[in-house]
Order: sequence, then C-alpha cells, then structure tokens
Amino acid sequence: MITDALVIGAGTAGLTAGIRLAQGGLRVTVVATGEGCLPLASGTIDVLGFAPEPVQSPRDALPGFLDANPEHPYRIGGPAGIEASLAWFIKTAGPLGYHGELSRNRWVPTVLGGLRPTALVPHSMAAADLGGGGEVLIAGIRGFRDFHPALLAANLSRAAAAPAHPIEARATLLDWPGGAGDMPPFRLARRLEDAEIRRQLAAQLRSKLSGASAVGMPAVLGRERAAEVHADLERRLGRPVFEIPGLPPSLPGLRLFDRLRRALLDAGGRLLLGSTAISATHSHGTVAKVTITQASRPVEVSAGFFVLATGGFATGGILRLPDGQLREPVFGLPVAGLAAGQEPFGDQYLAEHPLDRVGLSTDADGRPLGAAGAPHATNLYAAGAVLAGALPWREKSGEGLSLATGWHAAEGIVGHRREHAA
Amino acid sequence: MSMLMETEGIAVRASLDGCIKCTICESACPYAAVTEHFPGPKTVGPQEERFRHGPLSADWSVDYCSGCGICSRVCPQDVRIAEINSRARAQLKEQRGIPLRDQLLARPDVMGRLGRPIRPLFNWAMGTLLVRLPVERILGIHRKAAIPKLAPRTFRQWARRHPVRPAPDRVVYFHGCSTNYFEPRLGRMVVAVLEHQGLAVEIPEQGCCGLPLQSNGNFPAARTYATRLAGQLRRAPRDIPVIAASTSCGLMLKREAREILGVEDPALVDISQRTYDIFEFLLNLHEQGRLKTDFVPVELTVAYHAPCQQQNQLIGKPALDVLALVPGLRLVELDRDCCGVGGTYGLKREKYAISMAVGDGLFADIRQVAPDLVLCDSETCRWHIAKATGFPVIHPLELLHRAYGGR
Repeated sequence: MITDALVIGAGTAGLTAGIRLAQGGLRVTVVATGEGCLPLASGTIDVLGFAPEPVQSPRDALPGFLDANPEHPYRIGGPAGIEASLAWFIKTAGPLGYHGELSRNRWVPTVLGGLRPTALVPHSMAAADLGGGGEVLIAGIRGFRDFHPALLAANLSRAAAAPAHPIEARATLLDWPGGAGDMPPFRLARRLEDAEIRRQLAAQLRSKLSGASAVGMPAVLGRERAAEVHADLERRLGRPVFEIPGLPPSLPGLRLFDRLRRALLDAGGRLLLGSTAISATHSHGTVAKVTITQASRPVEVSAGFFVLATGGFATGGILRLPDGQLREPVFGLPVAGLAAGQEPFGDQYLAEHPLDRVGLSTDADGRPLGAAGAPHATNLYAAGAVLAGALPWREKSGEGLSLATGWHAAEGIVGHRREHAA
Repeated sequence: MSMLMETEGIAVRASLDGCIKCTICESACPYAAVTEHFPGPKTVGPQEERFRHGPLSADWSVDYCSGCGICSRVCPQDVRIAEINSRARAQLKEQRGIPLRDQLLARPDVMGRLGRPIRPLFNWAMGTLLVRLPVERILGIHRKAAIPKLAPRTFRQWARRHPVRPAPDRVVYFHGCSTNYFEPRLGRMVVAVLEHQGLAVEIPEQGCCGLPLQSNGNFPAARTYATRLAGQLRRAPRDIPVIAASTSCGLMLKREAREILGVEDPALVDISQRTYDIFEFLLNLHEQGRLKTDFVPVELTVAYHAPCQQQNQLIGKPALDVLALVPGLRLVELDRDCCGVGGTYGLKREKYAISMAVGDGLFADIRQVAPDLVLCDSETCRWHIAKATGFPVIHPLELLHRAYGGR
C-alpha cells in the first residue's frame, strides 16, 4: 500500500491531522484498530478548565499555564496554534454548529448535575451555559436508565457558579410513546427522528414548562437528522432546548465522529478501521514503512509522512510491560514522564498517578524524540493523548490538545512539502 | 464445545478479556439501531458469553445478528465480537435445529444445481407473487426479497472451453457459486481483465466456500465445504495468488474459515495467506507500475458502496483507487456501513423489514446522488440494493472491464 501520509489513530487528534493533510493536498490514509474516543465523548471541546483553579478565560489563562507547565503539549504551536486549530475545527464541524470562543469558558451541566467548564459546544448545547444562572426544566424519559432528572436538577440547584447567579432547576419524567423499555441511547435517537414521537413528548412537556427559560434533555436528540430534531423541539416548546451528555454511547460524540469521518472522505482521505499498526521500518533517519494488520496477512504501507495518534496509556498508545518498562508499541519510542524506579501508581485511586502524565516527548514541531534526545525520524509526528506532560481529565484540556497538536502536525507536514516543492 | 479446543478458537474467545464494555460496537451496529430483537453486539456477545457454558445456551437474540462484522472492526480493543457471536449462533442452532429454509438458503450450489434443469420455470416462479406468497408462507422466504435469476449457461461451462493463455505470471481465479450460476458474465470479465494484464488465469474445478452454511449456523458442513475448496484451489500450481471477486467468499478463505469455523487444515491456511480481492490485487499491480492503463473514457456518474465483508478484509477501498484512473468517470463514495441484506439474513420473512430499515440510509444516499450506476463488490448486496432502489447495481470490475473497452 502506498500513500503520501499515514495517520495512525482515529480519535480527535488522528482525524484532525488526517482531514487537514487531505485538505492540504496529500493522499492520506487514517488507520486505526477501531473507532477512537469520539463515540464515548461528550461532543464538547474542552481547552483549559482548571489551571488548577477554575478558568474563566482560556485565552487569558494559557500563558501562565504554559509557564507553570513548560512540558505541556500545548507548547507545540502555543496559544496561536490553539486559536487557529479551533477556528479550523468550527469550520470543519460545519453543520453541527459549534459555538464558543477562547475568551470565555461555558459552564455546562454534567449528567449528575455538576457544572463543568468547556470552550466549544455543539448547537444542541448552545443554551446549556448555566454559568449565569437561570430557571431550567430538566426532562428525562421514563425507563431510560442513564439519565435521572430529579438527581440532576437537585444537584444543579446547588451547583451555581456564584451566589449572584442562582440556578433554579426542576425535574420531570416524560412517558415515551409505547414505553422506552430498555432502549439504548442510539435507538432513542433514531426514534426521535420521527416527528410523531416528538409531538407526543412536546405535548407532555408544554404543561410542565411554567417559568423555565430553557429545557435540558438527555443527549439523544437524533443522530443523522439531529439538527432537525433539535430545531423542531425548540419550535414546539417555544424556548431553547439543550442536550446534557451522559454515559456512553454518546450521541454528541457520535455525531462529531460521523461529521469528521465525512470531512476526511470529502477531502479525499481514506479511513481504514479494524487494522492495527504493529511495526515500522526505517531508512536514513526517516520512517520508510509501517506494517499494519489485515484479514489474513500483514501489509506494509509506504508513506512520505507518518502521524502517530494512538492515544495514551488508557487506550494502548503507551504500554506498560510486565517488567514495568513503558513502551510505545509501533515505533518503539522512548516514553517520558516517569523516572527510573519511580512507582507508577499513587495510593488513592481517584487521585493523580505518576503514570497519568507519561507519553512521548517531542521537539518544537511535534516530532517525537528518540533515545538520543533528537527527533526519532524527520518524517514522524505525534499528536493527542500519546504526548507526555498533560493531565487532560484534571485540566479539562483533552479535545483542545488533540485538536491543537493534530492540526499542528498536519501544518508542519504540509509546510514541509510546500518548501520542497518550491 | 470441541471448537474451543482449537487454537484460533481460543484466541477469538480470549479476546473477550479485552472488552471494557465501552459500547462502541453497540453504537456502530446498524441492526441494534433499528430493532429491539437485537440488543446489540456487546450485549449478546461479551456480556452473554459468560452464561454460555455446557447445556446453557444463548437466547434467540443472537440469531438477529447478521454477521456483518462491523462490531469487530470498530472495537478499539480488538475483541472478536462478530466471531464470538457467530459461534454462539452455531451453538444455538446445534441445540435447537436449523429450519429447512435456512438449510436451503445455505446451499447456493445445491440450489443452482437443482434449479438449472428447470431454469425457465425457476426464474419465472421467483418473479411472480403467485409462487412467492406460498413460498413465504411455507418456507419463510420473504415475498419481496431479491432472488437472482439463473443464467442460461454456467461460468464453469464457459471456463471448461476457455483455454488458459500461457504467460509467465499466473493466478488462480476463485469465482464462487454466485458467479457460476447467476452472474457468469462477471466471471468472464474478471478473466478478461486479468488476461489483459498479461496473466495466465487458472480456473480449477471448485465448489462452495461454505459461507452461507456458516452464517446459517451449520458449522460442520461449512468446515467440510471450506476445506474441500482449499484443496481444489490448491490443485493449481503452488505459490500463485488466488483472486476472488466475491468479497464475502474471499473473506471466508482469508479469515472466517480459520477464525469462526476454527479450520486448521494446512491447505486452507496456505490458501488464506495468498487470497486477494480482485481490486486489492489490481491496486498492487498498479503500485508496482504493472497495471495496464489503456482506458477509454467512461462518461458516467457512479456511486460506490463497499460492502461489509469487503471492509472486513481490512484492505481499504482499492476499487476507488483503481477506478480513479479511469478518465471521464465521476466517482462518488457512499459512506454507509451496511445495505442490510447480510448474505441470506434479509431474505428471511421475520428479518426482511429489519434488513430494509438498515439499508434505509444507503438507499436514500443513492437516490440523492442519482448515479448512472451503483457499484458494489458483493452479489447479495447488489441484488438487495437493486431491488430496493431500482438503480442498476454492478460489480466495480464490470465498470473496469468497460473502461478497458470491453462489452
């Protein structure tokens, strides 16, 4: 198999790099063992939520955050790179209608009724920002196990960002026409694409609205025709409706996956799911080929450029071998972040563990370093959670760093090609 | 179960350990999205597998899995979900028996052989409600399900009189049952396109690969078929590529016979290592600079649907890369996973509506593109899509044949 660029990994970082490379005129194949993080993700784009204090403006907080965390992947490309990648993302996500700006975090409800900071939200969550308080109605579906409006509303009323901005949240349970039974979110979503079901749910909701300025619902408002489902519910209720993402499968994440996958194909890229990159061959300081699995025999993929976006320790991008050694499995790259002999795990399960920050070190362009401290290869870039030095779950920086580093890797490759062509 | 003693079987089942219950397979499953009968690949697979011991069996829901394999492909942990579910289905059938209908549908070679002497009657009967209604009532084959027409001459009749054109580079052509009985034209085009590349094409005597038997839960018969076929294909000279244009049958040789049926016969292992999808093979030739590109312009808009079993070969979509070389062609990639037919799944009375609901998105996309032709590598998918949309659906190889100036 021959291609201009091979991207390994189909999460946010891999798809971003793949689309951007294809848009830059390269023949691109994105290969991944399976679907990445997106079907499990909330669909919001976190950039910086805690540093470690709650962040109101990621734009204002980033310089200080980078000073305090000089090894953080955000240093690749810096704040300007983050800004550019977000602008590109909003355009690429197109019909999902992402809202937001780096100057102000939005505070959106979690499925348990907490508020969490995020930078960008899809249109279906445009009205979810409760940082300024307000009166909302939380509507669940009777029988749907993953969304409990009474619990959510009670917690939300306590979660207000400031005493000056109280949240008044009420809860209601809707009866699904014919009974929701044990329906998973994706089937509820598909059924909601039927206008008759929406009519019946909206009819129940209208009598419960009273003073609520917006209605929060589980994030099951359609998949392919989500925009139509959302707009129709708002029209029937005469006020904003917002989705509250919960346990996976997550429709907002799936919609984003569908959209990015389509954008990759539209740009001429190829997506190969189910195939795992297992090893690489090198020649003269470059990666020449990567071997990937197929149904009956492995095959070598030749490419001019490679982007490694396989995720961190949690998703197999970094392995910890039985002898305690950390290893990046495709290229055998050295893993940074844990000193020799240091215990990888702390005492408290939910606290930070030393292992959380491990990953690949890179040069300023995002090329992973080899054992000698120089880039492992001139044509190999790394992006996303495989990079060392971040704590996305605590910083609330996961999507932002995948977007920024995936985009930056692609920009580097496109620029490099342009220089050589000139 | 004896099958668990086999090494591939152990590897497939051991992959369960990797399941973190993330639900990615469930949200990707086109069947779980549309029917309550199928709760989802994780639910009937990694979750229920722990209850499948000794006399205990899976419940019927596993029978509503079509075997499309999308779950295994999207699993980030590489759990062999579809394979595990296929095995569970076979266990269920072993305990409860396989209905006559499924026994029939599972043997296209037998159907072809029996139908041939009464070909005009068979073709007429399958096209008239007068017959299809009782067939639905008695056998359970849905009256609207697409049944192909038997061709006047089999591919083998043609192949027997078609001398192998001597050339230094040789290939074996594995044509499959459908090409033999229903679409011999496609077989002749495959041979013509391969010969155009300067290759000698060997077409050994060959039977069914056993895939329909496998998907209908008859593993013992499927193993016999697959092993016999491997032996037949191996009668041709060793070490030369085996080319398949039927993607599901190709996948059977490449992987499913080993992973699902647990066949460890050395002939099959050997054949599986050197089986190529026709477009995988042609793209390899192109990458080596050996593909003939003497194309005539084809001024058409065509929409390509890569069927599940083509995607499960994990070779990408080589048909798109090869057809991109044809001047004049406007090629649209349909980004849908499954047409819904699942081999013989969509022919069954109780599953036909599910099958149509699964294909809904694909059919809508086709109507929107309104192409001159739809391209799809798998025969049962072609028949299903053609019937559901009214658009002509051909194998992408037919279009390539046309681009080489063929008729």
